[in-house]
Amino acid sequence: MTAPSPLWSTFTDPLVRQNPVTLQILGICSALAVTTSMPTALTMAASLTTVLVLSAGIISLIRRHIPDTIRLIVQIVIVASLVIVIDQLLQAYLFEISQSLSVFVSLITTNCLVLGRTESFARLNPPGRSMIDALGNGLGYSLILCLVGALRELFGAGSLMGLQVLPLVEQGGWFTPLALMLLAPSAFFILGGLVWAIRSIWPDQAEAPDTVPPEVEEGA
Amino acid sequence: MADLNPFSAWRRLLALPNESRTKTVLVAFLVSACCAVMVSGATVVLRPIQAANRAAEEQARLSALVAGIPGMSTLLEQSGGALSTVVIDLDTGRAATEVSPATLETTLADAGNWTVLDPGADIAGLVQRPDYAQIYLLRSEGEVSLLLLPFSGQGYNGRIDGILALKGDMHTIAGLTITGQSETPGLGARIEEPAWQASFNGVETTDDSGEIRFAVARGPASTEYEVDGITGATRTSSAMTRIIRFWLGEEGYGPLIEAVRRGEF
Repeated sequence: MTAPSPLWSTFTDPLVRQNPVTLQILGICSALAVTTSMPTALTMAASLTTVLVLSAGIISLIRRHIPDTIRLIVQIVIVASLVIVIDQLLQAYLFEISQSLSVFVSLITTNCLVLGRTESFARLNPPGRSMIDALGNGLGYSLILCLVGALRELFGAGSLMGLQVLPLVEQGGWFTPLALMLLAPSAFFILGGLVWAIRSIWPDQAEAPDTVPPEVEEGA
Repeated sequence: MADLNPFSAWRRLLALPNESRTKTVLVAFLVSACCAVMVSGATVVLRPIQAANRAAEEQARLSALVAGIPGMSTLLEQSGGALSTVVIDLDTGRAATEVSPATLETTLADAGNWTVLDPGADIAGLVQRPDYAQIYLLRSEGEVSLLLLPFSGQGYNGRIDGILALKGDMHTIAGLTITGQSETPGLGARIEEPAWQASFNGVETTDDSGEIRFAVARGPASTEYEVDGITGATRTSSAMTRIIRFWLGEEGYGPLIEAVRRGEF
């Protein structure tokens, strides 16, 4: 058995171990907003991964010619244009899903995950490697999004991908949907639980506390 | 002498240090130009498909609304199976003579064809209201037997659009559908649920004296003028009450409803 090539680990690392959402807590705004059901979560994940891979490729191609002074604005312009194109495509070919994603597709522009990868990786690496890194990160984000989406849809509506899994009380079954699961706070809880689980498996990911509470003397 | 060969000019540009001002400006310009072409291209190429999608959705909701009203499919078959589309003048309540469904969009692009609403009367939060509206109706034996009235108004998070269906007596709701909303998912957004929309069927809008009594109740409906409220969505429910009341009232379709009642339409 040969040691995994650096390319392979560039791809697999961000899937779970270096997951952008759970380790770096990037891109959670959309992770909260679009995960009320699996189909929206999947579409969002696919859109983000596409934007991420394409922008990483383009920025990596012209990386030697981006002046340092305007590098951020150049990156944002490229990302934003790709996002608009994807949004238009969704509105044309996946109309219903684009209706439920509403503004969140356009907000991929401001997703820190995209800018984070282009700024810290694609700007310094050749296109092939950058795109593989972007794909790994995109899929890592997708994994978390689908997991949260599946949990929220299952417990919030008793269904998965629109198929009724748990029979609802309204339809004569036994399951009372948890309305909380369809609201944004529940995504925070699930995400928090995931981060906790991952950091329990790999304790080295846990951060040292920023401050230690000061000792208060008795009677002071 | 300046070298005018574009290829060598391009190569010299690339060879410039990244920090040079010329290169910074040129890179910025080239990137934005490419992106502008890409974005406008996508928008222009895809616009017809998007417009078709929106039109198809509107049509699908309309037919779903009609199909959801009990006894409506038989009525449709009797009358030849088609709704007629009419543009009406909201002030007079009569069919508009100079505006047709085809020219409605251009007419409404002109601000002169909108009426700014008095804040006291503007219970639907519209600020201004078009003077012309496209409605759909069904006639049987010369009488209007169903009126489909599009409405819109300010909800809790944003605009709510929908279509209200009135029976031929003009005071019984036959159905309601929501065509656009951005209310809170799981709470206010439940106005999209077919079960709630079905509860509108048979609800009375006005009492014998002609006063509008329709309301979305707080909790379960207790009178024949009410539909059940949506738990946890008081603001959306009361917005629905105000929107429906506005559009049934004097500033909305009131004149039209009166005209139909008198048999003049």
